[in-house]
Amino acid sequence: MTNHWVDIKNANVIIVMGGNAAEAHPCGFKWVTEAKAHNHATFVVVDPRFTRSAAVADLYVPLRTGTDIAFLGGVINYLLSRDKLQHEYVKAYTNAPFIVKEGYEFNDGLFSGYDEAARTYDKSTWAYEAGPDGYARLDVTMQHPRCVLQLLKKHYSRYTPEAVSNICGTPGDTFLKVCELIATTSVPDRTLTFLYAVGWTQHSVGSQMIRTAAMVQLLLGNVGMAGGGVNALRGHSNIQGLTDLGLMSNLLPGYLTLPGEKETDYRKYIGARAFKPLRPGQMDYWQNYEKFHVSLMKSWFGNAATKDNNWCFDWLPKLDKIYDVLQAFELMHQGKLNGYFCQGFNPLASIPNKAKLTAALSRLKYLVVIDPLDTETSCFWENHGKYNDVDPARIQTEVIRMPSTCFAEENGSLTNSGRWLQWHYRGAPPPGDAKPDAEIIAGIFLKLRDMYRKEGGAFPDPILSLTWDYDIPHSPAPEELAKEYNGKALADLADPKDPAKAVLRKGQQLDGFIQLRADGSTSCGCWIFSGAWTEKGNMMARRDNSDPSGLGNTLGWAFAWPANRRILYNRASCDPSGKPWDPNRRLVYWDGSKWTGFDVPDFKPDSAPSEGMGPFIMQPEGVGRLFALDKMAEGPFPEHYEPFETPIGTNPLHPKVINNPAARVFRDDMKDFGKSRDFPYAATSYRVTEHFHFWTKHTRISSILQPEQYVEIGEDLAKEKGIKAGDRVKVRSKRGFIEAVAVVTKRIRPLQVNGETVHHVGIPIHWGFKGIARNGYLANTLTPFVGDANTQTPEFKSFLVNIEKA
Amino acid sequence: MALQSLDITRRSATTTPSPSQRKTQEVVKLIDVSKCIGCKACQAACMEWNDTRDKIGTNHGVLDNPMDLTANSWTVMRYSEVETGRGLEWLIRKDGCMHCADPGCLKACPAPGAIVQYSNGIVDFQEENCIGCGYCITGCPFNIPRLSGKDGKVYKCTLCSDRVAVGLEPACAKTCPTGAIVFGTKDDMIHHAEGRVADLKSRGFAEAGIYDPLGVGGTHVMYVLQHADKPGIYHGLPKDPSVSAMVTLWKGAVKPIASFALAAGVFGAFFHYVTKGPNEVSEEIEKEFKDEK
Ligand code: SF4
Repeated sequence: MTNHWVDIKNANVIIVMGGNAAEAHPCGFKWVTEAKAHNHATFVVVDPRFTRSAAVADLYVPLRTGTDIAFLGGVINYLLSRDKLQHEYVKAYTNAPFIVKEGYEFNDGLFSGYDEAARTYDKSTWAYEAGPDGYARLDVTMQHPRCVLQLLKKHYSRYTPEAVSNICGTPGDTFLKVCELIATTSVPDRTLTFLYAVGWTQHSVGSQMIRTAAMVQLLLGNVGMAGGGVNALRGHSNIQGLTDLGLMSNLLPGYLTLPGEKETDYRKYIGARAFKPLRPGQMDYWQNYEKFHVSLMKSWFGNAATKDNNWCFDWLPKLDKIYDVLQAFELMHQGKLNGYFCQGFNPLASIPNKAKLTAALSRLKYLVVIDPLDTETSCFWENHGKYNDVDPARIQTEVIRMPSTCFAEENGSLTNSGRWLQWHYRGAPPPGDAKPDAEIIAGIFLKLRDMYRKEGGAFPDPILSLTWDYDIPHSPAPEELAKEYNGKALADLADPKDPAKAVLRKGQQLDGFIQLRADGSTSCGCWIFSGAWTEKGNMMARRDNSDPSGLGNTLGWAFAWPANRRILYNRASCDPSGKPWDPNRRLVYWDGSKWTGFDVPDFKPDSAPSEGMGPFIMQPEGVGRLFALDKMAEGPFPEHYEPFETPIGTNPLHPKVINNPAARVFRDDMKDFGKSRDFPYAATSYRVTEHFHFWTKHTRISSILQPEQYVEIGEDLAKEKGIKAGDRVKVRSKRGFIEAVAVVTKRIRPLQVNGETVHHVGIPIHWGFKGIARNGYLANTLTPFVGDANTQTPEFKSFLVNIEKA
Repeated sequence: MALQSLDITRRSATTTPSPSQRKTQEVVKLIDVSKCIGCKACQAACMEWNDTRDKIGTNHGVLDNPMDLTANSWTVMRYSEVETGRGLEWLIRKDGCMHCADPGCLKACPAPGAIVQYSNGIVDFQEENCIGCGYCITGCPFNIPRLSGKDGKVYKCTLCSDRVAVGLEPACAKTCPTGAIVFGTKDDMIHHAEGRVADLKSRGFAEAGIYDPLGVGGTHVMYVLQHADKPGIYHGLPKDPSVSAMVTLWKGAVKPIASFALAAGVFGAFFHYVTKGPNEVSEEIEKEFKDEK
């Protein structure tokens, strides 16, 4: 979230789209009800289904699954054509006045630079035009035909209300009603918040859906504002922490990135990440990249990391491609990956195309599962009748299971969607032989290190030199790990303002990442977590909820990264002169000599407004990007592409380019995509409140509340197919089938799309062949093996099925 | 004496006067249907607190589950998809005991002390006194009490009388993530409900209102309804519930006389119970009851 849970209460308009907050985040959803009760907020839900969120919404807006860019693109067109912008904000805080290089084009569904064979773009034209001073050129009148605002207008002029309605199936008058409502927040004292979740991320164009919402918010001046922002509601209690710590194949902790295979030169690696400012006087915070990186290497490799060996840069793996979960299973399927560690993860249940996964797992030599539960993945080789019809005799994979603790059985911190690291204490001892994950990994590591010591190996250095100074080596304590992430001084740190004084003594915990150095005198395991465990103690365990502004930014409650800041980009809540746009949303302000206020300013504390530094300090140009330059795989402006399995078989905007041209598709999966003539219905998968993923089917109460697998269909489709509520039905995709009970509902209505009627089939995911709820089919038997072009998050939300009475 | 704040003011089939020395505040659980998202956290909390568990059932083609109140499920969510002037509405009502000021169950109950009402308004079953006759089920205008197949006794929501007695709110109210369930004194709850009704009216629900039906003397579980003029659309919430004429009569005139008969009957039943297990009231009373129906 750019903002945080409590801040939702400050919004005037709340749009839940690409998510179902009431269903999947019922506790956080209370802030929506607070906004309605105390701020008289209007609450809108945009979704293919009339959801539990819609049940308490002021306005429900249907749209076809996978068409959110078309919808939001239409909103952009509405705002631009009716001039409903926060003008001053757009001019000063976005790249609307920036001039784009000659050569940039968009024609017939493709941006300039497309390489069809490689399914990628040469992005060199997706850039600003440089002026004689080397900086990006601007036209503050925003009239230049190649300035971002004009290109934006041109790009979205195709997204007329009629086009939106034709693609999304949203009735035209309802769409305009939403536009009007959104437009009311273009004034400085009204804000809109977007709440989304995996209903946006899980599409082949997921990242661009989120970007479109961000663009709408920039045009309205709602980024950095209390009650504004673009807010990802994360689906696990600690999934935010997982991304923060870099548990992705291409990431290092704190969103630092691994080098690519061509990046063998340390200086060039740093140079490519510590961007040069694109405008004069900008903070361009990533210029500090090397400080974060060196401190990370010092944290990992201690004295072994020196300036002379480039802080062990050569020890880092160099990526030839990203090894996301689809890639991993593809390689496993090809027999090229033969051992797999599966920790706190149930891929057989939660990755698309179960048939492919089963085949892939069966080709492994060994599979290690670390989990508190008896997961389907760890039992993929067992025959469970129709629910898992495999022949154990033909599967040779050795499966090793190691029972781990669950969150309530250990101390630690959970990072919520609002980036708060909240410490918690163990509530019960673990059962049986279950051990904390850290202890299991430590055991494996110590054993490996021992083998490397005794037997040597191809490349023992990183293993032998890894810092491992925990009190009990086989059981690192959560407290020790937390301190390591925070970082410490490895030498006395001189005060930059007065070198005679030391700000920290050797061995002391850092106060925050501001103290990080690139000379090896600091260590820090995750720079954005720095400040979480200082010399004052565990900041994550703080529980002071005093709220002097009334806006809910309780700075004494837990710790929020970065730097305990609650609302990102909060400098943008003030006008260029440093005065809050809205006196009732006073987060920070310039007091004449410094930035101060009720939140930690997201800005250089002593940079006077007259210096002209932009509020988006992580960007080299200091402003928010309506035009994304080369940062997205499929284009600098989001464009509507159909899901890989589209119910209308075309793209009404450009029939020659139907799907995301930059999405990675493995050759064998192409043939596994269904066509609408065989699989005529748009399907979407989702969670329901009674359950949490594939876990709570192991608990009695959740299983009582929703005991058996079901699918949801509308009354019209049910009638067409002769299906009654309570009937058993078979739902089939190109990749397999499931059987479930039919819930027939008024809440799913047929939509009129491009001259056709599109029915949706809703598929809750929670059942499987393990646990105490009634056994069911893994829903991901049905879903397609393709992901977002930037993140590779699978397209769970839009695919095609057929349905019949079982 | 009952727990602090739980002075019994009424007791089924009893003529002994109730204590009246102390006065506790009347409490209300207010359920705001317009805020409810149907998450069933309250259902889960109810099972957790009261240590009740139904069997893991099946899906019946709807989201409701368990499908009905049972001796183990003292509250269930009722989901209704209704077309109104506003288009489709998904009305989700938490069903359970209404804790009537004038409780039909208590009046109908022939077993002394099996149903009591505290001075704070909570109507509570004392299952150790329950003889399993099921008259309370007939007497309840909301169809709430459920007979257990396991021990032959009747169960329903206690409004967490055990929690309330020590100053805690009911488990469901504590759990509800959206604040759809709130708990407090009747005055405070009415005040809160009025604010909610005003908000709903400002959002175009012209008929929003409070459900606190007079036919049962008002209730200690109240609803805020978006369409208070049509309670029936909320999965058959009765428009004008009242205690049946028979039960009223039974209490008003017949019961003092019948109680003597009952006392004898129950005495008989007691011996019957120790030898043969739980049974019923005297046949005369039973017949009388049936005839009136
Ligand atoms: S806990 Fe609250 S919101 Fe959830 S179902 Fe119960 S009353 Fe409704």
